[in-house]
Amino acid sequence: MNFLKQLVTLRWLTGRTAVIVVPFLWLTFAFLVPFLIVMRISFTEPDAGGNPFGTLMTLVDGVITLKIKIANYLFIAQDDLYVLTYLSSLKFAAITTVLCLIIGYPFAYFMARSRSTVRPVLMMMVMLPFWTSFLLRIYAWKGILANNGILNHILMSMGVITEPLHLMNTQFSLIIGMVYAYLPFMILPLYANLVKMDGRFLEAAADLGATPMQTFWRITVPLSKSGIIAGSMLVFIPAVGEYVIPELLGGPETLMIGHVLWDEFFTNNDWPMASSVTVVVILLILVPMAIFNKHKAEQEARR
Amino acid sequence: MSKERAAAGAGQPFLLIRNLVKDFDGVRAVNDVSVEINKGEIFALLGSSGCGKSTLLRMLAGFETPTSGQIQLAGQDIIAVPPYQRPINMMFQSYALFPHLSVWDNIAFGLRRDGLPKDEIAARVEQMLKLVQLSTYAKRKPHQLSGGQQQRVALARSLAKRPQLLLLDEPLGALDKKLREQTQMELVGIIEEVGVTCVMVTHDQDEAMSMATRIAVMSEGRILQVGAPGEIYETPNCRFVADFIGSVNMFEGSVSADEPDHVVIDTPEGQHYITHGITGTLGMPVSVAVRPEKICLQQQAPTQEQRAQAIEHGYNCVQGVITALAYFGNETHYHLRLDSGKVLKVSRTNAARHADSVLERDQRVFAWWDGADVVVLTS
Repeated sequence: MNFLKQLVTLRWLTGRTAVIVVPFLWLTFAFLVPFLIVMRISFTEPDAGGNPFGTLMTLVDGVITLKIKIANYLFIAQDDLYVLTYLSSLKFAAITTVLCLIIGYPFAYFMARSRSTVRPVLMMMVMLPFWTSFLLRIYAWKGILANNGILNHILMSMGVITEPLHLMNTQFSLIIGMVYAYLPFMILPLYANLVKMDGRFLEAAADLGATPMQTFWRITVPLSKSGIIAGSMLVFIPAVGEYVIPELLGGPETLMIGHVLWDEFFTNNDWPMASSVTVVVILLILVPMAIFNKHKAEQEARR
Repeated sequence: MSKERAAAGAGQPFLLIRNLVKDFDGVRAVNDVSVEINKGEIFALLGSSGCGKSTLLRMLAGFETPTSGQIQLAGQDIIAVPPYQRPINMMFQSYALFPHLSVWDNIAFGLRRDGLPKDEIAARVEQMLKLVQLSTYAKRKPHQLSGGQQQRVALARSLAKRPQLLLLDEPLGALDKKLREQTQMELVGIIEEVGVTCVMVTHDQDEAMSMATRIAVMSEGRILQVGAPGEIYETPNCRFVADFIGSVNMFEGSVSADEPDHVVIDTPEGQHYITHGITGTLGMPVSVAVRPEKICLQQQAPTQEQRAQAIEHGYNCVQGVITALAYFGNETHYHLRLDSGKVLKVSRTNAARHADSVLERDQRVFAWWDGADVVVLTS
């Protein structure tokens, strides 16, 4: 009753709710509802009448029939192909994340320590690739890495190698492409974190006898932990589901879950199966994240 | 070389700064500073912000390289030594405690870098925690402590390595006024207990006066005067120092008589009769500085008996109207507008209850002072 009264009197319509309501509605209709639809499809069977998926609930002769098909999930759990593809996706995403961190951290550190007048230029250089089409940039790597590509050409003319190296459509080319594409997403949060760091902590460490190297590992890295986590998430999560880069630069040994999804949808036209694969991907990413966040929140509370 | 070595022995000051200069992009932050600091001193660099005191301190710590000049600690030139190898520790302004480390780990940080054995580190940290009375807070993180506790952790951290020289950068600047007074005493007590030589930087003259054995007053990169707090206050050597430390009344005038036992200085506000030893040529322009608390205030003209020294009537005495007064409990501050238009600051200790009720606003009063209580400044 009270709730209705509040609803009618519009007392809830304060500035605060107005600000929250837009992103709330957006997330609800652009993410939560589609996800629920995908989840619903994953529990149905392909419809005989030509629809790509059937219905969960039917009302025939006064009887409600709820039919939940879990065969897709069982199949995913049992079939080696799916399990191995998941593991391989996680592996490539993890390698990409670690390499981005190793390359991106010094870069972000350099940016944060440079003169404040130079910083916007460096920032621009990190963002610059985004001005060119993503597809075009990945295609360019084909030109560089192909057997008769630029890299082999240079190496051969320098006399380093006599036979062209087989670089394209290998794990190597895939990882180069992924690291290249995702590096800015690592650099930017790291930079935002490092540029805020109080220089007095570094001076205090030096004052207490820490060499520059010890200061870096004992002070700088622990203090930039939140930047490292944010950057790693921004790289890892989209990298797990990456489809375009493995398609263009990957090979037979670089099967990733995005490719399986594509196959289920467009080759097999099996929407319920594709949906099941999607749900599992999301759970695989969401569950560890939720656990991590909960752990972190508890840690904060204990402090 | 051998001469210098020999001098490094007994008579040598512990910390020697000679002709030190630091330029930042053409701006001179520290300008030809020379000072000698003895072992066991608490030496304060006092000045307003931008006077170069922090730059000087940072050069001692090793965070800035001097443009020219020498710094010697116990006879050793230390300019080329990086900060992490200097036997000097600093307590930073607002402390710079490592936020991700506990109190214990903050204090142990420097000891671990020295590679001391574990049990020795533990013993040393426990000793430091006891010294600053924070033994029960060892496991807390810095943000869980109050400002005063953080200050003590910072002190413990900077003392843990037993530095030869302790640097304090605005040690009490982050504390509120009440806590500051109490902490001043504690801080001096701990520093004296440890027996470490100490250089502190502050813009707060009360802090410098109450803590330091000697003070260097700085302005625009230069040291204007070095001396014990009492010297700086009672015998400032220039107008800037007199004005910067405490509050002062300045009379501009010139010497009109120079006798063996006194000089007379004429100013628009009257004649000043000064009994202590200064000499000058007749007509020389000088300033006469009188501290507000040295001035007596009364309704009647001062009698000869009141003025202990045989000063003729008319000297060192002015009349004015009280235009403002501020009652602080322990003392009252008056603003007196003299006939020349100049405003004279006078403060009176309220030694007796209701003493302030005698003088009121808009009252015309006499203000006079002793010929020994003024300072004559030529620069």
